[in-house]
Amino acid sequence: MSLAAAQERAAELNVISRKQRSLWQDARYRFVRNRAAMFGLVVIALAGLLAIFAPVLAPYDPTATFTAGGRQAPTLADPFWAGTKYVDPRYALGTDQIGRDILSRLIWSSRVSMVVGFVPVAIVFLIGVSVGMLAGYHGGWIDQILMRITDVVYAFPDLLFLIIIFATLRTHPIGDLMGGLVLMFAGIAIVNWVGMARLVRGQVLSLKEKEYVEAARAIGAPATRIMSRHLLPNALGPVVVAVAFGIPSAMLAEGTLSFIGVGIRPPTATWGVMINEGYQVFSTSPWPVLMPAACIAVVMLAFTFVGDGIRDAIDPRMKI
Amino acid sequence: MSLLEVKDLKTQFFTRDGVVRAVDGVSFQLDAGETLGIVGESGCGKSVTALSLMRLIPQPPGKITEGSIMFDGQDVLKMDDDDVRGIRGNNIAMIFQDPMTSLNPVLTISRQISEALELHLKMDRSEARRRTVELLELVGIPSAKKRLDDYPHQFSGGMRQRVMIAMALSCNPKLILADEPTTALDVTIQAQVLQILKDLAREFRTAFILITHDLGIVAGMTQRVHVMYAGRIVEKADTGELYANPKMPYTWGLLRSIPRLDEVRKEKLVPIEGLPPDLISPPPGCKFEPRCQYRKEICHEREPDLIPVPNAKPDHEARCWGTQRVPGGGWLVDLDWQSEIGDMAVLEQIKAEVAQVAAEAERATPGDLPPGVSQKEGI
Amino acid sequence: MLTYVVRRVLLLFPTLFVVAVIVFALAHAAPGSPFDPNPDRPLPPQTVERLNRYYGVDRPLYEQFAMYMGNLVRLDLGRSLVQDRTVAQIIGQQFPVSAQLGLQALFLALAIALPLGVISALRQNSAIDHGGILLATLGTTVPSFVVAIFAIYLFGLNLGLVPLVGWGTPKHMILPTAILALGATAFLTRITRASMLEAIRQDYVRTARSKGLSEQTIVVWHVLRNAMIPVATIIGPATAALVTGSFIIEWFFAIPGIGREFVLSINRRDYPLIMGVYLLYALIIAVANLVVDIVYGLIDPRIRVSK
Repeated sequence: MSLAAAQERAAELNVISRKQRSLWQDARYRFVRNRAAMFGLVVIALAGLLAIFAPVLAPYDPTATFTAGGRQAPTLADPFWAGTKYVDPRYALGTDQIGRDILSRLIWSSRVSMVVGFVPVAIVFLIGVSVGMLAGYHGGWIDQILMRITDVVYAFPDLLFLIIIFATLRTHPIGDLMGGLVLMFAGIAIVNWVGMARLVRGQVLSLKEKEYVEAARAIGAPATRIMSRHLLPNALGPVVVAVAFGIPSAMLAEGTLSFIGVGIRPPTATWGVMINEGYQVFSTSPWPVLMPAACIAVVMLAFTFVGDGIRDAIDPRMKI
Repeated sequence: MSLLEVKDLKTQFFTRDGVVRAVDGVSFQLDAGETLGIVGESGCGKSVTALSLMRLIPQPPGKITEGSIMFDGQDVLKMDDDDVRGIRGNNIAMIFQDPMTSLNPVLTISRQISEALELHLKMDRSEARRRTVELLELVGIPSAKKRLDDYPHQFSGGMRQRVMIAMALSCNPKLILADEPTTALDVTIQAQVLQILKDLAREFRTAFILITHDLGIVAGMTQRVHVMYAGRIVEKADTGELYANPKMPYTWGLLRSIPRLDEVRKEKLVPIEGLPPDLISPPPGCKFEPRCQYRKEICHEREPDLIPVPNAKPDHEARCWGTQRVPGGGWLVDLDWQSEIGDMAVLEQIKAEVAQVAAEAERATPGDLPPGVSQKEGI
Repeated sequence: MLTYVVRRVLLLFPTLFVVAVIVFALAHAAPGSPFDPNPDRPLPPQTVERLNRYYGVDRPLYEQFAMYMGNLVRLDLGRSLVQDRTVAQIIGQQFPVSAQLGLQALFLALAIALPLGVISALRQNSAIDHGGILLATLGTTVPSFVVAIFAIYLFGLNLGLVPLVGWGTPKHMILPTAILALGATAFLTRITRASMLEAIRQDYVRTARSKGLSEQTIVVWHVLRNAMIPVATIIGPATAALVTGSFIIEWFFAIPGIGREFVLSINRRDYPLIMGVYLLYALIIAVANLVVDIVYGLIDPRIRVSK
């Protein structure tokens, strides 16, 4: 439907209630009414609290071995698992294959997940928005370079490229910084900033032709002001959506890499590492694997609900 | 018997914020071959009225809640879905506003026109194709035969709207609903497209309803005009009568806002102040009252009926206390509206156009069909 | 059209060249040689030296690269550092397994996603629609290895319906295929449903309705044709998802495909194999995108003419 037709239609149906709300107020209103999104937000908030207060909340040191040589079933009943033999009330969720407390490891892992979710996305946001704005607004050689980089990066599937980075640089001194975390941030940022830059570039290109930007230019507003006051706020909608979905996908990248054994290095606990290590004994004692897997599933769902909620709130028509 | 008789039509949309009374008690009738203009601002319910006639209101959220639509002696609202489909495109056809989006981008022009021919007139493919060429030639598409297998994006806006007209005419409908057919087109193209629509409708003896926000367009096109506001008809008259003797302040507002291209106006183009009312909770009295510069106390209290006005032709009706000789009303009856509305040059031009339409209608009264052409076969 | 296809095919080469350069650079940025003293596999120093010379690891980097590219042009991907096979042999033996897994999953995904997406859109807010949305959300959100863990736990460990790992019999294939297909199914269902909904509310559908066509004709002729355009373009990314998804699933289920070999080679730092498989993946994805672009041109008349 063309814009004119859509406006005509909206006017015809007169559906638009005349209460004046700003775009963002309206978006917040729709977001708060979205039950799945609110549920997701609560889960994320809880995970965030776990991550922040991990040292206080975790009963034990996540890397210390307790029930040496023997893993232990969770104290909580495991309805499907008949093999539950050793129940030790001191370790609420049991211990893993080398006797570390699973609950403590899960809690500490949430820390890694949150950091891996937010830090690279923040980097992606900063780089992507700056480069995208410059390329979109000035065009020219900056734009040319960006588009050539895009062509190349789009030829690499993200995850495979991350794997290559990790496979090769893991043994490099850089790969050792903070148990591989620094490399994880850099890798995820490298893979993702181009997409963000392209998104912003596209937004800027279409906004640049809008009358209010023309008007600002006509009255001689400097480029920085046009970018910060006119382009950025109006390009923000899709960017916010991309950020909302970028966080869980960064977490997933860490989980997958650690799961196949090339991500964060043990003994640092992450859900992916826990699955990777526990998988050797999966057929005899599944709980060290099931629990981190459940954590990943729940957190991923929570972020998706929030991302969907934000997208629907900002632009109800942008459905995919 | 009239071709179309709409009685007390009410179409409503059920939204989160409440019930939108988009069409609220509209009644009118139309004879075979007659032309009618429905005029009003965006959001006055004119498009919804047209869609209601073909039962094309999206449901939900929309619903025709009351009224009857007698077409050729049958109530469209009481038909089952199959019967309604039998009428659509066959007896009543519609031309939509935006030819860019109203044609399917992935189907060829000939496919889109032939579709209805094969369905309603039971033509086979080659027959439908031949007929499609004729139709395209009729609406003035150059080298029509070569363009049959072109896609809509290969046509210009004006050409696409000609295709839409060809499509509407394809099954020789008795009634064409043209919903803002030229709003999306350039001004110069508008005139051409309207001329084609008018000529072909007369040639085919098809009645049509032209829906527009532009009183200037209607003047040269239709015999009668109904002015709509906030889901109701607020004034109805012969086109000539309406321009010679408009009664309702809203109609004056519409007349005042017709732009002129060929002359620098002395007066400013005057828009009607304010916005159409919220159709969820409309004003209690006359719907135009909040924007009306001639309003009085009574306008806010009670809504006037649509009744014949004094000092006018008998079928000229208005929904306005100011024109009704009732206690507390009638203050506009003797007002010199010409001094209120200003620029007379526009009206002179419009009157000339109206006279032309009246003369054409006179010439084309049913009964003098060209020999050998029956009503259903058309050309 | 033909010149377009030829141009696109030729453009594959620079892309693959850049991929090769980057992968080569990364592989050689790793410190030391793969034959450095290893506590698990002690090698005598002379052997290491001989190995280094044999594989050309002691030469300057640009020479090694020139050698690699020269061989690549002759489709010689080199020898595995760990196994006694050439990379081409390994790919030749194990890629068919991955291809079978991937194609099975793609067809399964299409067979479920297209009808489900269409019905969901046509029957909005029905039980099928809600089921479709749930599947789409879970499938796109929950990572395949997490799904695999729970599926194995339930169907393998507890119910004993399927073997835990391995490949060969249909029983072995059910779970890996279904789990690999899940992500693509979810993705395609989402796209199909969304583009159906988008197409249904277009003006031309109202036009079709005003012509008196039946709802069935409208859906088949007017809605589906338009809705399938975005769906077709998504098959490229879906293939990429299947390829990357496949190595995780192969790793998890110990399926002797090229994906599992890839993960193993990474853990063993078997660089020729890593590079060879990576180039293969890049080629598959580039070809998939190319095919999609050509198909796109065929089904959308607006694109066809402008080329």
